[in-house]
Amino acid sequence: MSKHATPEKASTVTETTDSAAPAAVDPRLLVREQGLAGYLEEFKRKLRSGDLGSIPVVIGLILIATIFQAITGNFLTAGNLSNITLYIAGPGLISVGIVFVLLLGEIDLSLGSVAGVSAAVSAVLSIQHGVNEYLAAILAVLAALAIGALHGFFFAKIGVPAFVVTLAGLLAWSGLQGYVMGNTGTLNNIPNGFIANLDNYFFADVAAAYGLAAISVVGYLVAALLGARSRREAGLPAKPVSEIALRAVVLAVLAFGAAYTLNQDRGLPLALVVFLGVVVVTDFVLRRTAYGRKVFAVGGGVEAARRAGINVARVRISVFMISAGLAAVGGLFIASQAGFADKQLGSGNVLMNSIAAAVIGGTSLFGGRGKTWSALLGMLVIQSIVTGLDLQGISQSIQYMITGAVLLAAVVLDSVSRRTQKSSGRG
Amino acid sequence: MVQSDIPVLALRGVSKRFGAVQVLTGVDLEVHAGQVVALVGDNGAGKSTLVKTIAGVHPIDEGSIEWSGRPVHVTRPQDAQALGVATVYQDLALCDNLDVVANLFLGRELVRGGRLDEVAMEKRAKELLDTLSIRIPSVRIPVAALSGGQRQVVAIARALIGDPKVVILDEPTAALGVEQTAQVLDLVERLRDRGLGVILISHNMADVRAVADQVAVLRLGRNNGVFPVATTSHETIISAITGATDNAVTRRQARVAETTK
Repeated sequence: MSKHATPEKASTVTETTDSAAPAAVDPRLLVREQGLAGYLEEFKRKLRSGDLGSIPVVIGLILIATIFQAITGNFLTAGNLSNITLYIAGPGLISVGIVFVLLLGEIDLSLGSVAGVSAAVSAVLSIQHGVNEYLAAILAVLAALAIGALHGFFFAKIGVPAFVVTLAGLLAWSGLQGYVMGNTGTLNNIPNGFIANLDNYFFADVAAAYGLAAISVVGYLVAALLGARSRREAGLPAKPVSEIALRAVVLAVLAFGAAYTLNQDRGLPLALVVFLGVVVVTDFVLRRTAYGRKVFAVGGGVEAARRAGINVARVRISVFMISAGLAAVGGLFIASQAGFADKQLGSGNVLMNSIAAAVIGGTSLFGGRGKTWSALLGMLVIQSIVTGLDLQGISQSIQYMITGAVLLAAVVLDSVSRRTQKSSGRG
Repeated sequence: MVQSDIPVLALRGVSKRFGAVQVLTGVDLEVHAGQVVALVGDNGAGKSTLVKTIAGVHPIDEGSIEWSGRPVHVTRPQDAQALGVATVYQDLALCDNLDVVANLFLGRELVRGGRLDEVAMEKRAKELLDTLSIRIPSVRIPVAALSGGQRQVVAIARALIGDPKVVILDEPTAALGVEQTAQVLDLVERLRDRGLGVILISHNMADVRAVADQVAVLRLGRNNGVFPVATTSHETIISAITGATDNAVTRRQARVAETTK
């Protein structure tokens, strides 16, 4: 610092800060206590700052289940719960795609139509043209990927707002769906074929459901313990073993409870396995890979992402392809659920329910915040309401109004929690 | 402080023109390792353009850029990054929703076996923040939760992840309070002590005089003097910035000085 203007003064400043650095814990630092007490403390702090996570939706699910059980008396039966898992697979897969788009802070209104096109293409190819069912399904998904790429191109490269591009898509692909179906009103699935089985196949062996539950719990335990160990070895704060154990116990109760219930009915549904698998894989991609980090970065700040050398256009196009691809798979499940493909498949409230599910589950409409698990949680909420109202014989018009109110409530919660997070500086 | 004779970064007669506007005319600038060069000048003097030519955003029209004594071509931001020039822009370009570690490694995440190596990234982030004596509440909270000063030091720390030789800071203290400005200036000194060349753009002469070794003045796109801070008066620098060495006020002052003799 020989060239310094006021060397003495400056060096004393540096020294004081240096000597202060290793001093006791700065009161402003968020140092988490070890053990369960620390976990509770952290949990309370998050609650206060408006970081509600999945709590509202879990409470909502418990409320819905209790209320409908009290009213109908047969809501919490194995058969009914098993049916719910069948109904959520198709729209749930579309909802996972919606989560990807919402993370970018965008919206995709075309996914219902894309699901319809996919189901129509697959049905027409396999039933009318005798193409192998698997090949037909793959071609349908590829077509959807191309559609997604087209949306992404107009949005990312041309700069048309995603809202408008996908609104145009909503209309155009719905038209394509009708064109593909031609004069045929409905095409029934090939009995016991691939599409027919998607949403109707059960692993009847009780070992299947219990095995899946065991694999999930053990998988979580091993991953969490290994992760905590590598963090401790690196000298970083790690989750205490007590917390991991607690989470594993909760997971075990849920997983084995679900497995027991499903085994009381027809066994483990293939649709549930596929949906859970997609949620787990997409969650891993979003939170643990460089690609997922890019998606979050673009959703959190386009300019920051661009400056960091991220190819924003490529990320955007890829996300629209992923959402369209997932919607296509969802469309196949919906066709399987219905037993046929027709010109109406994917229209009506399919898209709205999928968007609502993602938001109800806790994915922010404002981008950069969310998980694919919210598709599962939100879809469970919506389908529980719909099923409960169906059991009670309440008309669809009332159902629409109630689902709309739930969606509004979820968005209000999202907006309010976002504001609380801002004011408490955590968000 | 030992300074090598060869500047780590040198601009020789750099000119830049946007359409009909000649923004830079024959500008020279030298930065040595372990030296803070303040780049000052009035609004529109060409500071930002000069910085962007170094950062590779705007390729230069004439002149040359030398890196450790040998001429180099900087035509894209990646070229500058590859050489070891890191730029911290005025708008910080941090992702609010990501935590500090994620922001530090944004665009160059450490990946092991196809997945993010969070442990290694968090460890390196902590080491880096410790060596810079940067204190933030936690490396795992979203950047949105940090104060302006903390965000600025995170942005500067992020520039250091790639081990650059030269760091360009564009108005790092413009939006900060007194205490936060002090934190950032401390950090600038630590960068110098680590042997980095620092180019500091600032409108605040107090900040400049506190940390800079040299002040390079730009006026209307041309060099208007390079002054060692220690031996130059405030007025000299200001008049170089404004070009006010010869005006009514200075003439009257000179006359007053004569009559009082």
